[in-house]
Amino acid sequence: MNNPATIIVIEDEAQIRRFLRTTLASEGYKVIEAETGKQGLSEATTRKPDLIVLDLGLPDMDGVEVVKELRTWSSVPIIILSARSQESDKISALDAGAGDYLVKPFGVGELLARIRVALRHVSSTANGEEEGVFSVDELKVDMIHRKVTVSGIDVHLTPIEYRLLTVLVKHAGKVLTHRLLLKEVWGPNYVERAHYLRIYMGILRHKLEKDPARPRFLLTEVGVGYRLAAV
Amino acid sequence: MMADQRPDPDSLLERVQRAEAKRRRGNLKVFFGASAGVGKTFGMLLAARERRAEGLDVVAGYVETHKRAETEQLLEGLEVLPPRLVEYRDTQLREFDLDAALKRHPALILVDELAHTNAPGSRHPKRWQDVEELLESGIDVYTAVNVQHIESLNDVVSQITGIPVWETVPDAVLEGANEIELIDLPPDELLQRLKEGKVYLPQQAERAAQNFFRKGNLIALRELALRRTADRVDAQMRDYREDHAIQNVWQVKERMLVCIGPGGSAENLVRAAYRLAQLLKAEWIVLYVETAKLQHLSKEQRDAVLRTLKLAEELGAETVTLGGRKLSEEVISYARTRNATRIVLGKPTLSGWKRWLLGSLVDSIVRQASDIDIHVVGKESDFLSQTRENPYFSRSRLYLGLESGEQRPLFKWRADYFWAIAATAVCTFVAWFMVGHFDLANLIMVYLLGVVVVAARYGRGPSALSSFLSVVLFDFFFVPPRFSFAVSDTQYLITFAVMLLVALVISSMTASTRHQAKIAGHRERRIASLYAMSRELTATRGEENIVRIAVKHMAEVFEAQAVILLPNETGRIVYPKGEGSAQSSHGSDLSVAQWVYDHGQMAGQGTDTLPGGEMVYLPLKASSGMIGVLALLPLNPARLALPEQQRLLETFVSQIALALERVKLAAEAHSSQLKMETEQLRNSLLSAISHDLRTPLAAIVGASSSLVRNEDKLDDHARHELSLAIYDEATRMAGLANNLLDMARLEAGAVVLNRQWQPLEEVVGGALAGLTARMVNHPVTVKLPHDLPLVEIDSLLIERVFANLLENAVKYTPPGTPVEISAATGSNELVVTVSDQGRGIPAGEEKQIFEKFYRVTSEGNQGGAGLGLSICRSIVEAHGGRIWADNLPSGGAAFHFALPLTEPPPMIEHEEIAES
Repeated sequence: MNNPATIIVIEDEAQIRRFLRTTLASEGYKVIEAETGKQGLSEATTRKPDLIVLDLGLPDMDGVEVVKELRTWSSVPIIILSARSQESDKISALDAGAGDYLVKPFGVGELLARIRVALRHVSSTANGEEEGVFSVDELKVDMIHRKVTVSGIDVHLTPIEYRLLTVLVKHAGKVLTHRLLLKEVWGPNYVERAHYLRIYMGILRHKLEKDPARPRFLLTEVGVGYRLAAV
Repeated sequence: MMADQRPDPDSLLERVQRAEAKRRRGNLKVFFGASAGVGKTFGMLLAARERRAEGLDVVAGYVETHKRAETEQLLEGLEVLPPRLVEYRDTQLREFDLDAALKRHPALILVDELAHTNAPGSRHPKRWQDVEELLESGIDVYTAVNVQHIESLNDVVSQITGIPVWETVPDAVLEGANEIELIDLPPDELLQRLKEGKVYLPQQAERAAQNFFRKGNLIALRELALRRTADRVDAQMRDYREDHAIQNVWQVKERMLVCIGPGGSAENLVRAAYRLAQLLKAEWIVLYVETAKLQHLSKEQRDAVLRTLKLAEELGAETVTLGGRKLSEEVISYARTRNATRIVLGKPTLSGWKRWLLGSLVDSIVRQASDIDIHVVGKESDFLSQTRENPYFSRSRLYLGLESGEQRPLFKWRADYFWAIAATAVCTFVAWFMVGHFDLANLIMVYLLGVVVVAARYGRGPSALSSFLSVVLFDFFFVPPRFSFAVSDTQYLITFAVMLLVALVISSMTASTRHQAKIAGHRERRIASLYAMSRELTATRGEENIVRIAVKHMAEVFEAQAVILLPNETGRIVYPKGEGSAQSSHGSDLSVAQWVYDHGQMAGQGTDTLPGGEMVYLPLKASSGMIGVLALLPLNPARLALPEQQRLLETFVSQIALALERVKLAAEAHSSQLKMETEQLRNSLLSAISHDLRTPLAAIVGASSSLVRNEDKLDDHARHELSLAIYDEATRMAGLANNLLDMARLEAGAVVLNRQWQPLEEVVGGALAGLTARMVNHPVTVKLPHDLPLVEIDSLLIERVFANLLENAVKYTPPGTPVEISAATGSNELVVTVSDQGRGIPAGEEKQIFEKFYRVTSEGNQGGAGLGLSICRSIVEAHGGRIWADNLPSGGAAFHFALPLTEPPPMIEHEEIAES
């Protein structure tokens, strides 16, 4: 990436905008600020951003609506900023196509990590590269040969377990909602049966993780979904 | 020696209370005269002018000058209240305007003619009641009255003058007066004034003089008035002696029991008894015993009894109505329970052989009560009892209530008599087949059986008919010569006589038993209905429910529409809120209800106040004061006036009042407790927040200001240290804010559980992931069995529980000590334990630590508002679980929470079993 990535920050709180602007600018990003949802949407059409950081609690329109509107013409990655009382909005926004979320208050480290994951994902899909092998630490998923190893030892997975893992690998680093995972792995008829997902995730953890109660790879986003650790 | 002893505290208290009651009330001065024309109004006006000269605010409320020039002269210069004009039967009546007087509220008001009867439709039927209200509101009143209007002397005056007096004033009013001034004029002078036309207008004078102003009359009336005033002085003297603890001779209090019957002379008896009681300075009780016989008196007769009881109450007696089988027994047993020293009875109505044969009440009481003095009062002439009627009552009542004893309309229930005849015919039919096989004596038994059956089923009249018929038929059909009324053997006459007598006695006794059963049944129903209501009332909470139950029961028991009117915060009676009550409150008059509420007295139909209305308004009085007003619209007002109904009504009303008071007190107690708790909570919240927010804020402000101001002077290390301090403190504040937010949401019940089937492992994992930074120094071991079932929980909330428990462990255990999370399935529940190896929980605080804002006493400055564990408790309890803590035997604290496993977890289709 030669030219710096452009990030639009849609946030009504001046202090948060200020902190985001300084932090992101110091990291070398080009930051465009928008105070309202409408302003954010118009900036998005003119500035062609690489990423949008969107606060859910906007004064003029619902954050989820902003995501839906954006998704009608753009696939730009969106990171949601939400307060604790906006659990269901957060999930709606993720289901509507937002890529990731952060709960206020959040640290800069977390934010930058999410931004990096989102931007990398864009570049990888944009380049049309279908990564054949995914690896983090001792976990290795070879999708060409359908082979999963932990520390070089083969792990036998059932078709569903493997499919679940590959969906997570495809979106590594990003949060995937229960709904999305269920739809991708089991099909649209299973979107309400979250316990399927939980049971299989439990099995996968027991097969892949050293300490399933403290997973290294298959991370739980409580109440939202799962994320495969990308680094 | 004049023993100037210390008065006993009770009587002292009574004296003080009396003085206080008098101070609050207005003073009443009565100008008392022997007859019209003695100059009462004149005297009153003179006195009023003097008061006015002293600077007092004096108003003439109502003064009847009778167009006497000298009186009218006195009225000049006084403020006169305009009279209220009332249209009544084509004439315009001038009435005293009570409301205007209350509104004007002078210091002293003149209201002439105390005994006056107000025009129909006025608030009170009598003027003395108006005066009472004036006094109640603290206005002094001057008034005038003649001796013939005094209730207890009324009959005596009528006897003297031969002229009935319609308008009376209860003695209590006069006795309650602060001052009585006797306006005395010798009869000769009065007659002289009359002749001169100074008393009545000339054209009226002649007739009046002939009827009333006879010298003999005037002398007698004057004597009455003087004696009455002397009595009063005597009473004042007695009060004085009591006040000043002078031992008087009549220490033993006399108590007199007056028995009245349904006869017309009852009122006479009551008056006589009153005079006797006054003489003896005795308490007196008027007793009416309702025997089986008296239960079926005519409505008019019962009304007469009620009126007599009311009169007795007005004269200051206590009235009691008892139900009983035998008059004399009831009277004597009641006299004994109340320690009556005297019994007053009316003269027996029977005489001669009848009295000897049937006995009289007087005789049996005299026989049985040897230790009680018996007074027998003579009968009044019928003329006087007739004239005792109030002119506003219907004239027809003059003829009623005079006949004593029972008189039932004969053959009222023709069917009953028919069945009596039929039963006797059946007996004859049965006897027909017995004749020849049995003795004639046995046939008599058959007839007697018939009589018993008739008596038991149809009562006295039909059974008497059956008795006679039996004798006649027995004679005709069976006594030889048969089929004739002739009798061959004279001994059969004795048979007939005995048979008749036995039949009558049996029928009378059976009928009486039947009545007893009926009365018992009535009584039982009354008690049952009362019990039903009180049971429901005690089981109920909430004013609305009590009102609903009360209205329902009143409607059932008294066949009346009832409304309970309660005051609002400002003491104004308002219509009940809520649906469905609008209809039942229809027609109730709020202004009357307000009056009742303010005065604590009954009003409406059948009472002294506003008797014209259809509804009766009863005050709901409880120990703490007035609660509200019960308005009743009886379908059958006469029924409600029956003594037993009145008693029942009183009991009901007091039950309702008590229930309402209970609710009121409970609500007050609850709200004050709530207030206290809220106050406490707010205080602890404020202190916790002020401490826990201020400390990190101080650090943040300090560190950041240092960064801002000394940017250049600080080296990298110092800058980093300061930044770190800001970061740490801000994180701590965020945690506190989260806890407060959670608590507030959980407390407000705003949290709806998002329950899903979860593996516990994942929830524990989520909690641990969020706490990685804080748990650095505390190794956590997770020991979860592999076969742990899914639990239906809100994962976000249960994660909070884990997080709070873990943070708690971090906070209270030294760095390096391990924490363990374990779980086990019990019967129908999953028990999760978070244990540490710290100092453990101080003994006795295992429960309190889950309270809001509670912090372990030995704790230093550990931070946190003491909310963590109470949030845990709220969450676990919201899941239907429980949470508790104890100390491990090996040291350290263990927190447990149990989540219910009531439903089996959902099944999933396994696909991997075949492959794995």
